[in-house]
Amino acid sequence: MSDTALLSSAPPVSGDAMTGPRGPKPRRRFSRRNIFIYGTLIVVALYYLLPLYVMIVTSLKGMPEIRLGNIFAPPVEITFEPWVKAWAEACTGLNCDGLSRGFWNSVRITVPSVLASIAIASVNGYALANWRFKGADAFFTILIFGAFIPYQVMLYPIVILLREMGLYGSLTGLIMVHSIFGMPILTLLFRNYFTSLPEELFKAARVDGAGFWQIYFQIMLPMSLPIFVVAMILQVTGIWNDFLFGVVYTKPDLYPMTVQLNNIVNSVQGVKEYNVNMAATLLTGLVPLVIYFVSGKLFVRGIAAGAVKG
Amino acid sequence: MAATRPIRLFRNISAKIAAIPMILTAMVVFVGGTAWTVTYSFTSSKLLPKAKFVGLDQYERLWNTPRWLVSLENLLIYGICMMVLSLVLGFVLAALLDQKIRFENTFRTILLYPFALSFIVTGLVWQWLLNPDFGIQSVIHRMGWTSFNFDPLYNADIVIFGVLIAGLWQGTGLVMCLMLAGLRGIDQDIWKAARVDGIPSWKTYIFIVIPMMRPVFITTLVIIASGIVRLYDLIVAQTGGGPGIASDVPAKYVYDYMFQGQNLGQGFAASTMMLLAVLVVVIPWAYLEFGGKKHV
Repeated sequence: MSDTALLSSAPPVSGDAMTGPRGPKPRRRFSRRNIFIYGTLIVVALYYLLPLYVMIVTSLKGMPEIRLGNIFAPPVEITFEPWVKAWAEACTGLNCDGLSRGFWNSVRITVPSVLASIAIASVNGYALANWRFKGADAFFTILIFGAFIPYQVMLYPIVILLREMGLYGSLTGLIMVHSIFGMPILTLLFRNYFTSLPEELFKAARVDGAGFWQIYFQIMLPMSLPIFVVAMILQVTGIWNDFLFGVVYTKPDLYPMTVQLNNIVNSVQGVKEYNVNMAATLLTGLVPLVIYFVSGKLFVRGIAAGAVKG
Repeated sequence: MAATRPIRLFRNISAKIAAIPMILTAMVVFVGGTAWTVTYSFTSSKLLPKAKFVGLDQYERLWNTPRWLVSLENLLIYGICMMVLSLVLGFVLAALLDQKIRFENTFRTILLYPFALSFIVTGLVWQWLLNPDFGIQSVIHRMGWTSFNFDPLYNADIVIFGVLIAGLWQGTGLVMCLMLAGLRGIDQDIWKAARVDGIPSWKTYIFIVIPMMRPVFITTLVIIASGIVRLYDLIVAQTGGGPGIASDVPAKYVYDYMFQGQNLGQGFAASTMMLLAVLVVVIPWAYLEFGGKKHV
């Protein structure tokens, strides 16, 4: 794309774009318009990639090189030591076992939270779509509006509820909180999906005498794998990236990765090791990034689902 | 009539059981929790919630606390800039991507990936990039322009714009995606008609396409706005509210008073103010969206 400027006013390369008289008027490939479009997009894309690049580059350098060099320069000598240190040795408070502890905490939080919230919300959405009962829609509306209430308003009442149940400070408590706050969006997602399935299917099953759970497990579930994947992507990234609930509802040795990362990087004591910090930051961002790059279109669908109106 | 009641209650019983978590969440956590916090914002609760009512004292103190005013001002500046810039940038990028270009998927993937990252990661990366000794400023100094001054994170007057850069980097991709979906939803015949009439495409965008996309814009605005009110993680990671209290925001004010300052009443009052601010946005939106027609 760098040589586009040279050809800006040149006529189209002969035989290149001409495929016959079909379709719209053939456009000149290197028109001023195209240069503007691609130029802008490339500049913006570079700006967007810059932080990721700097993170990677910094995490592979030694501290002397960081002090002397330029943050955009590629590493002269590649070292993986910062990664090892971030994973296994970085200190938060008195614990010096690195981010690995936070990583495993996050896994122990994310997996059950995702499963629980999806199980609850899918059954719920199914009930709302196919087994409507009086008052169901009123509760659903409250649930959706609840999604707009700032979390800060509900933080303390939930502390009290969890304390009463003896779950305050435990992983179970945090898992419950994630299931609760995942409910509005997931219920909406599943309800809309199940509503879009042909109703005859449901009716036929009813005529054949299938009940609530039988229809759910034997008909709805097998038909809705894609939406389950979308919900999973949405929840895994959302819960993995959570900071507020982790810091409020767990104890220091159960802190999720994001909280621990923040404590490592923003700790005031000790010499700042920027390469270790960037390695730790990348490690924390790795899980959602991998999910994002692998899932592609489904991730976008999850986002769009978050945007649909109730 | 009374005799049929138990039967009606048990009819459709599985669905009702399945809806119990939703009903509990909606009524106990969302409605109950909110009512509890609002009620206790009128008390003098300190370390523990106490039902000792003191009227509007907490609110009076809140509005006399410079820190609250600073955090409100920050949220206002951040919010307005974020809304305007992310909408404009998101729309322009979506319009560019909508020109039937090559590599559309690649560009979209690149523009959206920051959205997958947490605010903590975002904040820490930008803290590093904006570090005056090693980051962008030092690179430009080394290139010879030594009077160049760009250290927003250490300058109380502009620190919120340093946060804004990071917030835009993280959030514009989402707006772009929503806008792109909106643009794709527009009938292609409109473009043909506009072209037949000889209307230039920028005019078509401003006078035809954007008015047609009003619902998309409104939904996007609501999403951006509810994200702005929640702004917390990014501040904690990038600036810690500093320098001093210069980049404080309401969500952080609430957290600090509730869980660190042991001044629950203040926290409740501040969070109630946040709720009020959200209602001011959400109620007109809900009215526009659902008012009149019954929503399905």
